[in-house]
Amino acid sequence: MSLTPDDVRTIARLARLAISEQDIPRYADNLSRILDFVAQLDQADTSHVAPMAHPLSSLTQRLRDDVVTETSQRDLFQENAPQVDAGLYLVPKVIE
Amino acid sequence: MHTKTLTQLARDLKARKLSSEELTRAYLARIERFNPELNAFITVLQEQALTTARAADACIGKGDAGPLTGLPIAHKDIFCTRGVKTSCGSKMLDNFVAPYDATIVERLRQNGMVLLGKTNMDEFAMGSSNETSFYGPVKNPWDPTRVPGGSSGGSAAAVAARLAPAATGTDTGGSIRQPAALTGLTGIKPTYGRVSRYGMIAFASSLDQAGVITCTAEDAALLLGAMAGFDPRDSTSVDRPVPDYTAELEHPLKGLRIGLPKEFFDRGLDGRVGEAVYAALTVYKKLGAEVRDISLPNFWLSVPTYYVVAPAECSSNLSRFDGVRFGHRCENPVDLMDLYTRSRGEGFGAEVKRRIMTGTYVLSAGYYDAYYLKAQKTRTLIRQDFIAAFENVDVIMGPATPTPAFGLGEKTEDPITMYLNDIYANGVNLAGLPGISIPMGFVDKLPVGLQIIGNYFDEARLLSAAHQYQRETDWHTRIPKGFE
Repeated sequence: MSLTPDDVRTIARLARLAISEQDIPRYADNLSRILDFVAQLDQADTSHVAPMAHPLSSLTQRLRDDVVTETSQRDLFQENAPQVDAGLYLVPKVIE
Repeated sequence: MHTKTLTQLARDLKARKLSSEELTRAYLARIERFNPELNAFITVLQEQALTTARAADACIGKGDAGPLTGLPIAHKDIFCTRGVKTSCGSKMLDNFVAPYDATIVERLRQNGMVLLGKTNMDEFAMGSSNETSFYGPVKNPWDPTRVPGGSSGGSAAAVAARLAPAATGTDTGGSIRQPAALTGLTGIKPTYGRVSRYGMIAFASSLDQAGVITCTAEDAALLLGAMAGFDPRDSTSVDRPVPDYTAELEHPLKGLRIGLPKEFFDRGLDGRVGEAVYAALTVYKKLGAEVRDISLPNFWLSVPTYYVVAPAECSSNLSRFDGVRFGHRCENPVDLMDLYTRSRGEGFGAEVKRRIMTGTYVLSAGYYDAYYLKAQKTRTLIRQDFIAAFENVDVIMGPATPTPAFGLGEKTEDPITMYLNDIYANGVNLAGLPGISIPMGFVDKLPVGLQIIGNYFDEARLLSAAHQYQRETDWHTRIPKGFE
């Protein structure tokens, strides 16, 4: 598996990561090596094996009563926001 | 007093031989003296710690103290701590002040523990050497040219140098056990679901689990008892009673069946580490245990499986860092896409980006079945091996790491070389089992760890096996030179 610089640009775009042009060859090399390494999995016979998503497979998703458990802490949470105004998060203009 | 264990300090506090304030001042002074060279702490909470310590002393004075009241602790900077910077070792969260406490932070606070500060770590817990931290690498107190392991490297270095009597950690693929092994400490990763993950910044949610790094198994039992237990705020927290780990420590080992997987002794293992494992087994045999050869035929799949599953979950979890609601935001974004990509590109370091991109790739259309679905199936094979093994043995033992601590910068060039340091650890997380590492000797004057893996929710047995070994040996009492 050898990723091209264009593959890395595509993956970075999907992952919403700005990668500088000069770093692209290094990521192409690193990611290719990682994918080669994990390709070992092909050698395992898994034709009759069920996939496992979670260690506690017997566990079913717990449900709770439909009651209000949280109070609004908007002001507290927005103390960490880069830019807010009147309780709203500000981002660059999306619709012209 | 810094050479005492947490359990001994608890006795001294209870007997009023010393106050929590004296104890806290002593550790804060050691942090001030040694942290500049070790870089184990990202944040030190001098004022807050002393205030809590005085409150603890008042509690002890009134006679309504619990077993942990007034004891200092350090938290890995992955645990949200109300009103305190919680960085996760990343530039992305360099400006983040947690608005709430993680459940374990809250529980230990309610137990009267004194928080000394937040410890350094690999960025978002992704690393095995603490070299991916935005705040710089942590030095191993046993040899400052070597790494302390990771990702809980700051917690391990802090306890090894006796800058704190105990510290919390998290373990997604070895991040408690490996640094504990490389710094001569006891580190336990409980069963998945045993300790709440609420407020613990997520890396790979089906693998992440919180635990502790301490000087002894006895100390680990004391802390784990207070941390473990059901939490309605974590949807995968298991509602099951927590045993009295301290009371179980003396459970006799006679008849304990120890499984020794032959795959753990294949190439890649430093022969001297292997010798140390056999020497430890001799001690266990003397205590009445029986050693059986076992096989984990799919062991070789654990690291490659881990490096599909963990990056996949990480790419999903870390999508929350968008530069909008909290965390780093780039300067002058031209549009929303620019805001996302540059905030993330600037906020994350190289290893985190590698893992996000690996995860994005293995989950992307056309590759999902070949990588992610395949890894979910090999994960089943890995778990089945352990389940089969535990039909014939009570615990599994082996090395915690293939070698003692490696040099700073030695494995940063090739990610695969770094990943293979957790070869004995990854499978335990994939299966969701508990594991502990305890000191079992020295190689090249550096500590090495014995890993004991248990069946689901069998932490009490791991702790008692570790404790009784520690009564027969003194590896866990060694303190690195210059820190005595």
